[in-house]
Amino acid sequence: MLNVLDSAVPVECWSCSIGQSTTTLFCPHCSKIQPPSGGNYFTVFSLTPHLNIDLAALETEFHRLSRKLHPDRFARATDQEKEWSLADTALLNDAYRTLKEPLRRTEYLLKLEGSEIGEEFAGKDKANPSRVPADLLEEVFELNMQLDEMRMARKVGEEDPALHASLTEAKNKFEAMVNDVDQDLRKEWTNWDQSDQTVRQSSQNKMVSLLDRRRYLSNLLRDVTETLGA
Amino acid sequence: MEGDAPVVIPGVDGSNLVPSVVALDPVPADGGRPTVTVGNTARKALIETPERVIYSVKRLMGRGLSEIQEELKYFPFRLADDVQAGEVPRIQLGEMRFTPPEISAYILRQLKRNAERFFGSPVTQAVITVPAYFNDAQRQATKDAGRMAGLEVLRLVNEPTAAALAYGLDRAKEGTIAVYDLGGGTFDISILKLRDGIFEVQSTNGDTHLGGDDIDNLLLAIALDEINAEHGIDLRQHPSAVQAVRKAAIEAKIQLSSEPSASFDIELPNGDRYQRVIPRDVYELMIEPILERTAGPCKQALADAGITPESIDEVVMVGGSTRIPAVRQLVDDLFHLAPRGKKPHVELNPDEVVALGAAVQADILAGASKTTEEILLLDVTPLSLGIEALGGTVARIIQRNSTIPASATEHFTTGVDGQTNVAIHVVQGERELAENCRSLARFDLKGIPPMSAGLPRIEVKFLIDADGILRVTAREQRSGKAAEIEVKPTYGLTDEQVEGMILDSFDHAEEDFAKRLLIEARNEADTILAAVDRAPSNPAWKLLSSEEQAAIARAKAYLIAVSGAPDPRVIRAATLALDQATRRFAELLMDAAVSTAIRGKTMESAGEELGDAVTAPHPMAAAEFK
Repeated sequence: MLNVLDSAVPVECWSCSIGQSTTTLFCPHCSKIQPPSGGNYFTVFSLTPHLNIDLAALETEFHRLSRKLHPDRFARATDQEKEWSLADTALLNDAYRTLKEPLRRTEYLLKLEGSEIGEEFAGKDKANPSRVPADLLEEVFELNMQLDEMRMARKVGEEDPALHASLTEAKNKFEAMVNDVDQDLRKEWTNWDQSDQTVRQSSQNKMVSLLDRRRYLSNLLRDVTETLGA
Repeated sequence: MEGDAPVVIPGVDGSNLVPSVVALDPVPADGGRPTVTVGNTARKALIETPERVIYSVKRLMGRGLSEIQEELKYFPFRLADDVQAGEVPRIQLGEMRFTPPEISAYILRQLKRNAERFFGSPVTQAVITVPAYFNDAQRQATKDAGRMAGLEVLRLVNEPTAAALAYGLDRAKEGTIAVYDLGGGTFDISILKLRDGIFEVQSTNGDTHLGGDDIDNLLLAIALDEINAEHGIDLRQHPSAVQAVRKAAIEAKIQLSSEPSASFDIELPNGDRYQRVIPRDVYELMIEPILERTAGPCKQALADAGITPESIDEVVMVGGSTRIPAVRQLVDDLFHLAPRGKKPHVELNPDEVVALGAAVQADILAGASKTTEEILLLDVTPLSLGIEALGGTVARIIQRNSTIPASATEHFTTGVDGQTNVAIHVVQGERELAENCRSLARFDLKGIPPMSAGLPRIEVKFLIDADGILRVTAREQRSGKAAEIEVKPTYGLTDEQVEGMILDSFDHAEEDFAKRLLIEARNEADTILAAVDRAPSNPAWKLLSSEEQAAIARAKAYLIAVSGAPDPRVIRAATLALDQATRRFAELLMDAAVSTAIRGKTMESAGEELGDAVTAPHPMAAAEFK
């Protein structure tokens, strides 16, 4: 269960001593597996960090690399190569999981670019929970009242059809808002991918607030769906 | 693997299945350690000495004391009375006590011996299958059992995934498949995408407390209650009577998969008879709540894979309980099969398909054949991994259904000046609070250089390996020192304990191995010779032609002549020759006694299935090898 690895990174290939690489998982000279080093999820797939990516190509590349790196291919290799295969495949899987999901991919790239974002910041920073977006203050207040009312009614075994209808309506409305956010995000992807550094900075800030808004809306939606479905 | 296809290795009794029943024989007269028997022979002891038998041990693997206590409400086993909180619970078996991995190791050792008998050489490595929904502790316990049995466990493979491998060996298969695996004690559902020989698991779900055992227990409970009500006898006070009713319940269950009704007819200790007919529609109503419990996991797995039932191209059925027509109907409904003109796949024997898949995986690992060269299995972790955060909430670090190996890196620091230890509590599960999740282990990071609070930066890497087992490494980044980690697994054995439980460490030795093969071969020869000696007194003997009788006599004489030989292969060949010579005699016996349905089987396995209905005069030589 426990294993403390010495993850010193050889600059040159451990096997042929010729190939040198800091980011690929194979020696460019002799093709032997290398320990994970430097690099990020994009470099694992030899991709330029972009938000629009070809998912079919990503899957094909994931399968190609899996065939070469997976521990099943190293069952008869040295212990050291087994360890590297395990670490490399974990990195490959983490990278694939992150890049194939649009939201995870966006969050990851924004973090690479230095933005503080994501569940972990929302979760860890308990003192400062996700702020209510200003334009939603009134609606959210209203919605929370209705949710409370609904839960109370449920407790005593009552069902108010009007309340149910009103909550369903709110649910549809928030779902539409999430869709809007997603569309705006997609626009920013292209904007970011095609722009220079200055435009990128402002695009990045937009995406950070879009993601915050989306996270807020999703949490809200989850509450509504749970209450409706209970 | 034989050529391109995996085959199941039969045991000494000729049966392809070794039931996971372990029995402790009576203490020998010299007071030595009693021997342990496994499989069909152990099953016989269930009625005679139920207090010395354990089955369904899989349900107890990797579980804590309170969980096992809960589980044992439904089983006739007892916990050892000296069990301490925090240690792996031991089960009382006769006068001895065993942890679940030790019991499991006896079963694995039997399988190892069967394989060695088949190959004629030592077997030291294995691929072992586990329910996909097994957690870390259950997986670790399984690996421990392998080690105790003298096996290097090359890989743990999830059972539904293994089944998919067995079905999908044909590389032309593409598409999305669901594997519905309802076994004796566990239920799994996995959804896989097949493309270019890559088997990529999309999602998995399940229940490690759900299976055919629950149906047995239900039928048993109903029968015991009725016996109590009608005859005023509380059979629960009579363990061997309970086992007799259980046996009848299992037979009724099996019968109800093919017949419109089944009946109980049991003699009670006071001489009364308990008689009861169960029509299939009543039976299906009774078991509906049990079967219905598989629906939730199926829907969750579909949701997690982000697909609708219509996207499932094929459904593969695994596990003995999928023989129940009501289960097939439920699966049909869940995945909308009939309206799409589809049926669940039941072509491969549901009890063997997982073993066949494991053989394919072993072939992949060995890099041994062209057949499996292009095949690769990408499995997932069934449960989310999290760390207990302030306030007892769980911070998820690896989500369920992540492809494994998977990793997550977290940073920790100190809260007090000069603090040199940091404790991390790792849990597995989907609930919001750590106390509702499954505690995996408490990690104590030690040897942190004393610094002001919040200054140390300890990087901890959590990695779930290809077996689904967690590994943790840690490093204090400011000093660059690998932090020392002390692990207190919440459930499970330490390395030292496992070492101490390794069965017959001499198992590896070549000469002992050869000796064992020789003893086994001689025992088999003795068994068949004794049976042939009795044969002429059977009326069927007179139906044989004089040539046939002479052939038997020749083969018998030859076997007697070589039975002292030092080479087990010579003895086995002679045993096989005698078995061939008596084949027609065996058939005559069977024709006389039973329907033709069992023709072609060896006498022993036929006798096994018929119970006491037929007095098989001799167990002919066991398994046949080509």
